[in-house]
Amino acid sequence: MIITEKHSRILRYTHWINVVFLSLMVWSGILIYWANDAYFKIPDPIAEKLSLQYKLAEGLSWHFFIMWGFLINGLVYLAYQIFSGEWRELAPRLGTFKDAVLVTLHDLHLRKSAPPMHGKFNAAQKLAYCGVILMAFGSIVTGIAIYKPVTMGWLTALLGGYEAARLEHFILMIGFILFVIVHILQVIKAGWNNFRAMIAGYEIEKK
Amino acid sequence: MKLKKNNIDEKQLKKRLTGSILTGIIFVAVVIFGFRAIRSSERIEDTPYALRHSFEWNQKIWAKISSSKNLSVKKPRPKKGTAPRQNGDIGLQSLADSKNYSVEVISGNKSFKLPIAAFHAADKVDYSTDFRCIEGWSEEMSYAGMRFSDFMKFYDIGKKPDGSYYAYVGLETPDKEYYVSIDMESMLHPQTVLAYEMNEAPLSLANGAPLRLMIPVKYGIKNLKRIGKIFFSDTRPRDYWAERGYDWYAGF
Repeated sequence: MIITEKHSRILRYTHWINVVFLSLMVWSGILIYWANDAYFKIPDPIAEKLSLQYKLAEGLSWHFFIMWGFLINGLVYLAYQIFSGEWRELAPRLGTFKDAVLVTLHDLHLRKSAPPMHGKFNAAQKLAYCGVILMAFGSIVTGIAIYKPVTMGWLTALLGGYEAARLEHFILMIGFILFVIVHILQVIKAGWNNFRAMIAGYEIEKK
Repeated sequence: MKLKKNNIDEKQLKKRLTGSILTGIIFVAVVIFGFRAIRSSERIEDTPYALRHSFEWNQKIWAKISSSKNLSVKKPRPKKGTAPRQNGDIGLQSLADSKNYSVEVISGNKSFKLPIAAFHAADKVDYSTDFRCIEGWSEEMSYAGMRFSDFMKFYDIGKKPDGSYYAYVGLETPDKEYYVSIDMESMLHPQTVLAYEMNEAPLSLANGAPLRLMIPVKYGIKNLKRIGKIFFSDTRPRDYWAERGYDWYAGF
């Protein structure tokens, strides 16, 4: 039997820990958002069912606690990427952008063949995973700007002011949700061999 | 990193997968147990133990890495007389008798009552900046009144016999229904003002007439309306929203 070691232990651990922290950040963030639903209203039946109402204090307390976990786990992941050289698997090249479009067309059944893979991720994956890392960075920066708009006033101003930073923080959260939806669909589509690699690390190449 | 391995025994792989799945189950169990443990732990001021301490740690960490000297950024002055957004009327139920209104001040052995005229007589300071509510909204507001640090200097209050500042300032509405406590550093901030005007018009009753606190380095919950009492203390005085699960510091 031939296998490939696809995801290292530290990569798998930080991935699953991030699942927990990101979920808690989104959940507590929505509790906070509900108190002033400036961009769109969460329909009452949904808010009631998910018990999102009148939980501002609870949302804030979790958000400002879990943020440390989210940040530290992200830094561990980033440090690993840098020091292991694994970042090369993610870094887009010139051709990546064009290939990403082709992969997407292929996935949508609009194109027969997919472009060849370079490394363990296809071009669309590379862009998506790089993008989500940048989004996490953006969430932290916009988060700080609305958390400390006086001591970090220069940052808040740089992002277009307090209201703008809040909107940016919110848009990034929506971006995470969209990413997760597509990510899960793709994982289902790719099947067990691929998913198992994120659990046990290996992928079977040949029986 | 992609590493190809040949001649792998299938049994060995099964074992490895089982191990990983077990680790996963333990991980999920730890997460669920941890979440529940935090949620159901002893509550301090209506916040689970760990989360309340996290509030306090955040404040300490932030104090170390940032300067509290920054001003809340100047914003264009709203049109004169624009009604400032108003939120919450706790402590404003009793009618303010503006003629005989006085503010009680207590600092150590000193205790006196000040008529509103005393605040109008002092040097007037004027700021225009964001007013930020903990609910998430913000609004540009201008306000004018007596700077709190000037007030302390003028009446020689807020310091202990040894010359050091008290750690906290407490404020209450006349009916004592609403009350806040604030760290001395934030009270000494130049933009912290005992205000009698907002948006260049006299304070409305709903916005806390005849005198309110404006402290733009804090969320709106700390900007107590209709001040009935100002006092100094080294132990943290009670705080309305901190008692209800919010971060006590609530500052930027």
